[in-house]
This record gives sequence, C-alpha cells and structure tokens, in this order.
Amino acid sequence: MATTSATVPGAGPLAGSRSFLSRLREGDEIARVITFLFAASVVLVTVLLVFELWQGSALARHRFGFNFFRTSVWDPIFEQFGALPFIYGTIVTAGVSLVIAVPLGIGAAIFLAELAPARVSDTLEFFIDLLAAVPSVIYGVLGIFIVVPLMRQYIQPALKHSLGFLPLFQGPAYGVGFLTAGLVLAIMVIPYIISVSREVLLSVPRDQREAALSLGATRWESTWKVVVPFARAGIFGSIFLALARALGETMAVTMVIGNNPTISASLLSPGYSIAAVIANEFTEATGELHTQSLIELGLVLFILTFILNGFARLLIVATSQRGSGMGNA
Amino acid sequence: MKRIAGVLLVILAVAGVLWADSALSINGAGATFPYPMYSKWFDEYHKKNANLQINYQPIGSGGGIKQVTEGTVDFGATDGPMNDEQLKAYQDKHGFGILHFPTVLGAAVPAYNIPGVTAELNFTPEAIAGIFLGKITKWNDPAISGPNKGVALPGDDIVVVHRSEGSGTTYIWTDYLSKVSDEWKTKVGKGASVNWPVGLGAKGNEAVAGTIKNTPNAFGYVELIYAIQNNMPYGRVKNSSGAFVKADLASVTAAAAGAAKNMPDDFRVSITDAPGKTAYPISSFTWLLVPAKFSDATKRDAIMGFVKWMLADGQNYTEALSYAKLPKEVVAKELKALNSVQ
Repeated sequence: MATTSATVPGAGPLAGSRSFLSRLREGDEIARVITFLFAASVVLVTVLLVFELWQGSALARHRFGFNFFRTSVWDPIFEQFGALPFIYGTIVTAGVSLVIAVPLGIGAAIFLAELAPARVSDTLEFFIDLLAAVPSVIYGVLGIFIVVPLMRQYIQPALKHSLGFLPLFQGPAYGVGFLTAGLVLAIMVIPYIISVSREVLLSVPRDQREAALSLGATRWESTWKVVVPFARAGIFGSIFLALARALGETMAVTMVIGNNPTISASLLSPGYSIAAVIANEFTEATGELHTQSLIELGLVLFILTFILNGFARLLIVATSQRGSGMGNA
Repeated sequence: MKRIAGVLLVILAVAGVLWADSALSINGAGATFPYPMYSKWFDEYHKKNANLQINYQPIGSGGGIKQVTEGTVDFGATDGPMNDEQLKAYQDKHGFGILHFPTVLGAAVPAYNIPGVTAELNFTPEAIAGIFLGKITKWNDPAISGPNKGVALPGDDIVVVHRSEGSGTTYIWTDYLSKVSDEWKTKVGKGASVNWPVGLGAKGNEAVAGTIKNTPNAFGYVELIYAIQNNMPYGRVKNSSGAFVKADLASVTAAAAGAAKNMPDDFRVSITDAPGKTAYPISSFTWLLVPAKFSDATKRDAIMGFVKWMLADGQNYTEALSYAKLPKEVVAKELKALNSVQ
C-alpha cells in the first residue's frame, strides 16, 4: 500500500503511458510471486518437518508399531520404548494449565478492555507483554525455587486435606508433578490469553456496545452478552495460542514435573511430558533405537498438536453456530 | 564513501587470509562434565602456542561419539567409554581405529536431606542399591541404620532424586550400582539415562541439589565437583576393602591408582568399586577420543602436543577446579600409547 501511494504522485505527469502501467503490473506480479513464495515456505517447512520426523523414526516405527502408543515402559538400556506416559503427561499438564489460565486470562482481558481506564489498561498491557517475553527457563527456575516449595508445604497438603477423597489429590506431596507443571504453564500462557483477547475485545465496534446500552442493558450486560460473544472467535484464537505453547513447552515443564514416566490419576504425582523427555535424553541418546524413538516422540507431539488444534477449530464452528442460532431466536 | 568501504573490505579479506594461514584451529566436541577443565586447558595451551586454537563444544558424551565418528570434529570426549559396537562403527567408517585417553577423574557422591540429622552418614553398597531399587523405603531401615550407630534416623519415606537428562554422572552411578547389585544389573543396567525404578528426575546437578535441599527426606547423587564447590554435605561409601570412604580428590585418584594395575591397553576401564583401602568406589575417568590416524600431519602434531602437555603441566591445573588428577602409572601408560597415533 505504501509503495502505490508513493509512486502514483511521482508518476503523475506520465499517467496514461503504457510503460508506467506495465511497470506497475510487473511490480504487482513480482510482489505476488514473492509473497506467495513466503506463504508457501510455511507449508514447505511443515511438510519437510513431518517428512524428516517420519524418515528419522523409521527403525522405531517398524520395531514397535502401534505398541509405541500403548505401552508405558521407557527403558534406554534394554531398548523398550513406549510413549503413553509422555502423551498422558503432555495432555494433562496442558489441560491443567488451560483450566487455570482461561478464566483468569479472559477475566483480566475483559477488565482491561472494557472496564479499566485507558491509561491503566495501557500500562498493564506493557507489563503483560513483558511477561510474555520472559524466557521459559526463568519461569522454570521460579517454579523450582518458589512454586515447588509452596506447593509441597502449603497448597498440596491443603488440597489433600480438603479434596483428598478425590483420586485427583492423593499420594505423597513432593511439590513437583502434574499440578505444579500445569500451574507454571498457566502463569506462562496467561499473558498470551490476556494480550490477544484484549486486542480482540478492543476491536469490537462501538455500535455494538451503544446498541446494547440503548436497549437498557447495564455496562456488564453489554460486555458479557454482546461484546464478548462478538469477540468469541478471537478469544478462542488466544486460547489455541496458549494451548500450543503449553503443549510444546520444554524447559519450564521439565524443571517442575518430576520427570518420571508414570500414569497416575493424581495430579500430585510426578509425571513426564513429550517435549521434556526429548530435551533431556536426545543429546546423550546412545543407541540408534533410542534416538529414533525420541524422534518418533517428536512426530507424536506434532500429531497431538494437530489433533488438538483440529478439535479446537471444530469447537469454534460448533459454538459459533449455536451462538448465531441463539441470536436469531 | 564507497571507496572507503571497498578499501576496508580488501583489508579485511587480506587480514582474514593471513590470520587463517597462521592459526591452526582444531575442533572437538563431547562430554559436559570435564568442560570447565578442558576450556581452562585449551585457554592455557593457547597462551603458550598462540597459533593453535582448540575449540570445544560441550554437547554431551553421546553427541561427541557421534560427531567424531561422522568426522565432523577432530576429536571427541566422553564420560563413558565407547562400546565395542561403536568402536566397530568407527573402524568400518574410517578404516582405522580411535583411541581413548583418560584426562581427569570425576566421582558421584550420595547427598541427602534428613530433618534433624547433621551427621555424615555411612552408606553400604547394599543400602544405596536398595534405596534406588525402591526396596528400602524408610530411613530407619536396618541396612541404613546399621553402619550409622548413634544417629537417630526417622521412620519417614525416602524420596529418591536422580538426574533426568542423560549424563556422565548417571553413567558412573549406574555403573557402580550394576557392579554391586546383581538385581540392578539385570533389571536396570548402566547408561547415561536408564529406566529408574523409583524417584523424581531433576535436570542437571543444580536441580538435583536444589530438589534434595528443598525436599525433606530426599536422597540422590551429585557430581563431586558440584558438591565441593557448593559446600554440600554428602555421605561416605563403603568400598571393596570394607572401609567407609568420603569422596575427595585424593580418594578418587586412589581409586584410579587401584585400577591402574589392571588397566587395559585401550584405557576403556571402569574404576567403580576399585580395589584399595583409600579408594572411593563411585569414581570414573573421563576420556578424550583421538583418531588413530590423521591425514593432516600438522593437526596430528598439534593434538599430540596438546595431549602430552595435558598429561604433564596440564595436570597441575586440575585441583584448582576440583578435578582429581590422573595417577602417575596411568600418565606413563598414556604417553606410551600416544606414540601409536599416526
């Protein structure tokens, strides 16, 4: 856009000459080709990634087949590799983090976009963007030295005391485990949810709010019943972003999850995630089968992200249809 | 403006060519455990030989073996010796072998955090193996309290902590457990990462130490150097002569000296559970991996020169960095082996 507005005045006296038009046309063509190449490179990288992961894990895939997803022994010495505990840990920690982060994040975004004075909102936004830029290893260190002791001494005993009858909160309180990893992940992804959701809420047209207010709605009613539903697709987008980050997070998770490949209903139990085991074992993987199994885990993480994103998109479609249906009624 | 830029470019190019011509650069990669020692050595050696630059990347022992086998680096380094399969892979690829040269020694020590207990505990191999197998679960188990008369050990559950990432320290620890416990050998085995029967995994010495410090009733292992530099309390371990020995630089070197008599010609030897009254049993060499044949004679001479210096003057730098130095017998044997590099 900038280039057209810049060239048009300069080329004014020559307007109508064929050379200018064709040059412009050429420029258009070149821009089209270049931007197409950029867009295509995203697809190319994705395809190459899957291809490499597929090729690199050939030995492990042939050796274990579908059992790779069904078994839960991970033994580098006797070369038995099963991915189930890692898949479980990845899903559970990402799930816990979203359960904590979504209400907090969206609530904060609504406050910042709709209720807070603009100056407060902009100042806080600065801090939120700052939080989003903190390297994950910092969150991991904070997790080890602050969250883990707090969890072990206060939060986990309290949970066991009050909700200990649920299978979710049983077993010894180590401080590390699924719940702690989910909590640290939640702290990490909340800035994403707030930042994106706030932008989306701010971009809801003024007419929408004014229309609701003129119909006699209170400020909260206009926010909750009109503005938030209007921005729903964008808010879901922020949640996917958070989910993607939570699924692939490595350093912060490995520092607080306990790194023990177990499947346990208890959130207090130590666990392991796919990204964490790859980071931990890849450099020192000795046998070829060990390396390839780790690469296959990478493939599994890719597929998992793909499936969960697919589900999330279905969720948008389903809820937006229901939403519009309600709007019609 | 353009002319100045052009002149500058030419000067840079000429300088680059001259610099590249005068300086020989050698690349290595591998073990992380001896990295502080190696970087100190390479730095000191560079001061003495200004035209030789040795670059070392601490990417892990497994990575070091892989890269030197693929020929992407001039030498490798590892905390666990290459196995026969890996040696054969190297031989098949290059047509000649690869040599192991021990450089310094390391050890793993048992660390614990028992509320109310400040005494230095004595551990038998049976107790350590039992705890790590998940068979001994309480601190007041007779296997632990037996050699610790007079220490009031609680009846609390032991929380086992181990390294989560593949590491040379884990290799030493599991190599030791495989030697002292048949059950460990058949059920778990030795390696940089293993299938732990029990316990929490923590990434790196810092995290293992932090987890032990923060978790009441925790028991785990850390590198000796890390424990010394951070003033961490740790226990004594009963060696093969029946004495309880505390790990320090002297007792680790003693373990190497004890094993030196049976040192094979290729230096691929485990010195865990070594003989000798003063030997600390959970010790190990760390090795440089040097190809047996070089096509480039200047590179060969440079590496051989460095190894010779490392075995002589270089050993004087070890104790300042808390590494245990090689016993004389091993140094003499290595100097002899160095002559076979072509």
